[in-house]
Amino acid sequence: MKILVAIKQVPDTATQMKLGADGKTIDPTGITWIVSPYDEFAVEEALRIKEKRGQGEVVAVSLGPDRVKEALRSCLAMGCDRAIHLNDPAWGAADTLMTARALAAVVKQEAPQLVLCGRQAIDDDMGALPAQLGELLGWPSAYWIMEEAVDADGKTVRVARQVEGGLEVFDLPLPAIVTAQKGLNEPRYPTLKGIMGAKKKELKDVKAADVGLAAEAPQLSITALEALPPRPPGRIIQGDLPTAVKELVRSLREDAKAI
Amino acid sequence: MPNAFWCIVEDDRAGLPKKVMAEVIGEATRLSGGAEAVWLTDKASDEGLKQLGEWGATRILLVESAGLAPYRAEVWVKVLADLAAPEAPRAIFGPVTSKQRELLARLAARLGVGLSADSVAFAMAGDTLTATRPVYAGKLLSKVAWAKTPCVATLRPNVFRPAEAQPGKTATVERPQTSLGDAFMKFVERREETSTGLPELTEAETVISGGRGMKGPENYVILEDMARVIGAAVGASRAAVDAGWRPHRFQIGQTGRTISPKLYLGFGVSGAIQHLAGMRTSKVIVAVNKDPEAPIFKIADYGIVGDLFEVVPALTQEFKRLLEK
Repeated sequence: MKILVAIKQVPDTATQMKLGADGKTIDPTGITWIVSPYDEFAVEEALRIKEKRGQGEVVAVSLGPDRVKEALRSCLAMGCDRAIHLNDPAWGAADTLMTARALAAVVKQEAPQLVLCGRQAIDDDMGALPAQLGELLGWPSAYWIMEEAVDADGKTVRVARQVEGGLEVFDLPLPAIVTAQKGLNEPRYPTLKGIMGAKKKELKDVKAADVGLAAEAPQLSITALEALPPRPPGRIIQGDLPTAVKELVRSLREDAKAI
Repeated sequence: MPNAFWCIVEDDRAGLPKKVMAEVIGEATRLSGGAEAVWLTDKASDEGLKQLGEWGATRILLVESAGLAPYRAEVWVKVLADLAAPEAPRAIFGPVTSKQRELLARLAARLGVGLSADSVAFAMAGDTLTATRPVYAGKLLSKVAWAKTPCVATLRPNVFRPAEAQPGKTATVERPQTSLGDAFMKFVERREETSTGLPELTEAETVISGGRGMKGPENYVILEDMARVIGAAVGASRAAVDAGWRPHRFQIGQTGRTISPKLYLGFGVSGAIQHLAGMRTSKVIVAVNKDPEAPIFKIADYGIVGDLFEVVPALTQEFKRLLEK
């Protein structure tokens, strides 16, 4: 079974974010880049499916500038067989729909039976890509899955998606798109052997023209990026416990009107 | 109607719109002067239609069909796209729920338009709509604009001022003829979570959160006692979830749920950036921690430096005294 995993490179959560001079982008200096945590669950699940079946191929794909190669190498080090890097200035201002179109074009070329994505990338937190990819391909998609089982003959995948108040279990005919959520698995760390081996694996650059796409304008564009307005300074309530607790409840009731 | 603001109804699967729809309809009304509700369901009710009208929906498009449950994107998206084509709404709004996050993303792709997910503010300048959404773990705010209409967006719960119900106000109800999309996904079963009897985390107006300072799973009962008194949901930090003290569905933060309650109370929560990402748009933040240097105090409106095992029971008693008055 051929599985494609779509991943995104994002700034590490702990990285301090600074605004760029244009007021629309971030200043990239000093940023530590990582594979978005949800995408690691997707990579892990793809590798487990392949290992369980004893055969297959896992292809990691990502869209972004040159630095994204590092994230794809991490996926190769985890165990992906090869990687595709959608690397073209034409995608420089890509919104989720443009990204989904680029990925859909790759999926059509690669013809995997299953596409795995993370629930959302932790940079823009849009969480739209898996659904949009499913729509463009005309494939079923399952969001926020906590369990997954591909059947023995590789025709369907059974998934449990997280909804408010429970889990809903569905059978999806393959090909399909499933979206990994925390709780699905525990991603492995790359081994030293994996890291060394990753250097020899194929990492292919793909331009828009290679997948038959022409330049297009994004449907959603960022007009401004702003720092969070500061919260008004808080108050540490002093005094012995009974006094402090009384004062807290009074403040919540009378000042904040929150209770 | 052309240029209308559509609000896709989220219901309780028993015939009533969820309370969050008052927020969506309220915001759509503020932006446009009149909101329209679009309700796809297997089970509507007169009371539900009345509720939408009282919240300010001027018109309701109701599609009621057994085939719409359980929700499958491929079935629903066709209905919405078919309705939207002749109607040409200016905007299509829905609350952030697990369903609508997917549904509106798929709809935007089908219509070839932009999507602003998890929006926390909107502005209209002339005919142009812009949205504000938190990015980079909530450290920055991004303003976004659409290249063409309809502008599709999901709205973060508890952020927008809910419409006040106007008793007696009614909406015109239309039942357009539509055909459902073909279902690819085959429903197997629904497994209900054991109910805590407390509100759902993302919908609750008050959320109590316990972190590593809770010391173990057995101690969450003191937070649940407080939650019952003040009608709160109980969540946990990643540290507590990773330690196996609470199931993942209770995790607040970057790899868990994003919440925006009116009141957030954190006990033994240090305030790691991953946690802040999921709760920093809370209106009032209270922190109780033994460590005066805990980062959560930097964003807290009220803090008590102390032992949560002493503070929590005393606070529960004080809440009880207040609310029993």
